Amino acid sequence: MQVSASGSMSTVSNDDNLVLSSEDSSSPDEFELELGLGLSLGSGVAKARHQALRSQYARILTAKDFPSVVSSASSSSLSSSSSSSSSSSSSSSLSRANVTAGTKRSADSVAVANGASQVVGWPPIRAYRMNSLVNHAKSPATEAFHSGEEENRCIRKADNGDGKKNGNPNDKGHVRSSLFVKVNMDGIPIGRKVDLTAHKSYEALARTLENMFNEPTTLVKLRLSGKDGPSRLLDGSSEFVLTYEDKDGDWMLVGDVPWGNRNYLCCYRTG
Amino acid sequence: MKEAKRKKEAAGTFPDEVLERVVGMIKSHKDRSAASLVCKDWFNAERWSRARVFIGNCYSVSPEIVTRRFPNIRSVTLKGKPRFSDFNLVPPNWGADVHAWLAAFADKYPFLEELRLKRMTVSDESLEFLASYFPNFRAISLLSCDGFSTDGIAAIATHCKNLVELDIQENDVEDRSGSWLSCFPENFTSLEILNFANLNSEVNFDCLERLVSRCKSFKVLKVNKSINLEQLQKLISHAPQLVELGSGTFTQELTANQHSELENAFSNCKNLHTLSGLWEAKALYLPVLYPACTNLTFLNLSYAALGSGEFASLLVHCPRLRRLWVLDTVEDKGLEAVGSHCPLLEELRVFPYDPFDQEIIHGVTESGFLAVSYGCRRLHYVLFFCRQMTNAAVATIVKNCPDFTHFRLCIMDPGQPDYLTNEPMDEAFGAVVKTCTQLQRLAVSGLLTDLTFEYIGKYAKNLETLSVAFAGSSDWGMQCVLNGCPKLRKLEIRDCPFGNVALLSGLEKYESMRSLWMSACNVTMNGCRLLAREMPRLNVEVIKEEGSEDSQANKVYVYRSVAGPRRDAPPFVLTL
Repeated sequence: MQVSASGSMSTVSNDDNLVLSSEDSSSPDEFELELGLGLSLGSGVAKARHQALRSQYARILTAKDFPSVVSSASSSSLSSSSSSSSSSSSSSSLSRANVTAGTKRSADSVAVANGASQVVGWPPIRAYRMNSLVNHAKSPATEAFHSGEEENRCIRKADNGDGKKNGNPNDKGHVRSSLFVKVNMDGIPIGRKVDLTAHKSYEALARTLENMFNEPTTLVKLRLSGKDGPSRLLDGSSEFVLTYEDKDGDWMLVGDVPWGNRNYLCCYRTG
Repeated sequence: MKEAKRKKEAAGTFPDEVLERVVGMIKSHKDRSAASLVCKDWFNAERWSRARVFIGNCYSVSPEIVTRRFPNIRSVTLKGKPRFSDFNLVPPNWGADVHAWLAAFADKYPFLEELRLKRMTVSDESLEFLASYFPNFRAISLLSCDGFSTDGIAAIATHCKNLVELDIQENDVEDRSGSWLSCFPENFTSLEILNFANLNSEVNFDCLERLVSRCKSFKVLKVNKSINLEQLQKLISHAPQLVELGSGTFTQELTANQHSELENAFSNCKNLHTLSGLWEAKALYLPVLYPACTNLTFLNLSYAALGSGEFASLLVHCPRLRRLWVLDTVEDKGLEAVGSHCPLLEELRVFPYDPFDQEIIHGVTESGFLAVSYGCRRLHYVLFFCRQMTNAAVATIVKNCPDFTHFRLCIMDPGQPDYLTNEPMDEAFGAVVKTCTQLQRLAVSGLLTDLTFEYIGKYAKNLETLSVAFAGSSDWGMQCVLNGCPKLRKLEIRDCPFGNVALLSGLEKYESMRSLWMSACNVTMNGCRLLAREMPRLNVEVIKEEGSEDSQANKVYVYRSVAGPRRDAPPFVLTL
């Protein structure tokens, strides 16, 4: 059971640069995207963000990741959040002495969500391997279950950043693997999985979700045209909202970016 | 009487050249060390005849001392940072820069041929220096190093005319481009070992293909994921004599023709004993490997997320496997297959695919481990990441496989008890040390009290390396280990309730050890100062961090040294 942050969050916006939390690894070279789709009512967003933070902890922090304002809370027992590389050079805005890796100081309440706090350097897997795991195409993606009060449906996706790393386009005839994302709905402990590549439009996705969860849904902003006509998820006639969570932990409304746009995912990178 | 004695002495004296020749044949470092202690003649014979030197802690000795003692070194292995730096526990710019060593070597060992570095900081300038000042340079291997980019590698490729080995393992390297591969001159033919598996940038395939075809003695080729199956097929057709192969990305839409060409290429690889890479390997393509697997002794699937089905099918074809690295995506069912098909297995490493997935149990459990132990009685090395374990299972496992020399068990949730009985995991590790008398290396995890360490101190008489995290109840635990393990060389501890009493109980011990690491324990600056004062031949270093209390010594690194305190310590490393 997770504690939700109260109050509305101003994170539902199109500007991804708004929020730069210390968990972000903002190295421009890395292409590591965590994308989550979620249904949210207003207050659900806050909770979703909270959950997003939790999932973002699933990366390893190196000293290079911390901006100069290091809150000991965030650095300490929790995250492990990874800079995805190898490609980060030693020049960094982080002051060298400002490393807090490994210190255990204040217990952060977020960290102990569900009892398992994630610590720097644990489990003991070499940083290189950890980075490549994080960037690995996850298929099937891990499932998470969120129980909570708000009606909230989150889809998380770990992107296969391999082909896009260092600007090398992946055009060698690699078979594009399925992009399974996990879909969770608050109040239901067991999540589902959806293959994004199997859908050709938001409509199709929304339809699938509706069928899966058997719940009518709504989208505040309707910006789609699908062959099959708008789903209730998208046309505003349901009590649910389809949103997604990008890497920064911001909750965005689905539909702003064309479905087929290859750079769909890139839009949500900082910078 | 006198005559007999004189005859005996005469018979015992060899001319120097002969003694040197004989001692020169001793390869093992330990044996050489022993030989050097016999007498002055032997000491000299040993130092003159030695061609390879292994330095386990670059700060334990200085370049000057090494080059003075050993005049004829051709091969150097250097290890730098404490092992926990692999897990980001050591701040950047800590040290272990190789450059000072290279400068000394350029002067004293201009005929240096090989350099193997682990956890050292290596700059591009250093690599350029290496490439320029050592005309006989033949082999470089870098593991867990940092500070360099692909430009440095390019310098090596460009200038080292006699290069035989370029082995870039897992490093923190700035991967700017793959153009370094194109730097090998067209008339360059000496390469035998090339490993760039852990560099991600795309290389020029034509260059690579030409390189592989003109270097007739290629033995080891490990490419990166930018190489696809079609390209792989071409490469291995040029080098069917390969002994070790690391594939690129193992998935691609192939025509039937391409598929059979790939199969043929693999069937022609009769000498393959090591296989790795296999990124994104799919069940569909694995069968092309089968004909090449007959003599396989080492299979590294730690970057290939296979499921139990395709994994089992592959294993059927690998009856001679001795070393296996996998991801836990193969699950217990996959490990059962290991037990069934790999009776000769000696080493198993199971890595977690998704280490942070807390909510639902994935991966491997104690049953998989058990299954392996029933089928693979020769198992002596294990590294096992899991989310649950029981004391009973471990006891059975070591009963089945009493020959463990390396037992590294990582229950990923810190401080987790036996999930069936809810008891601490003390008895598990007790069983390990009691049963496995040859145990050299141990890593413990789970909920552990001081009892675990009592067991270790009492039974682990051959233990050399111990890694402890989130364990123990009091100083007593660490004391047991320090007092009980006569062969202990490396002790690394994090997040344990061991304080000054424990630290100081090992006063005499530390000089017989390579190093001690303690982080996030209860050690204070005063305790460290006391240690430093009492033991002047130890370097007692504290890594200071902002935001930590002044009196606490949050990260302590203690090691013996004949070189005195570090002269290159950064400001955050305090030598006491």
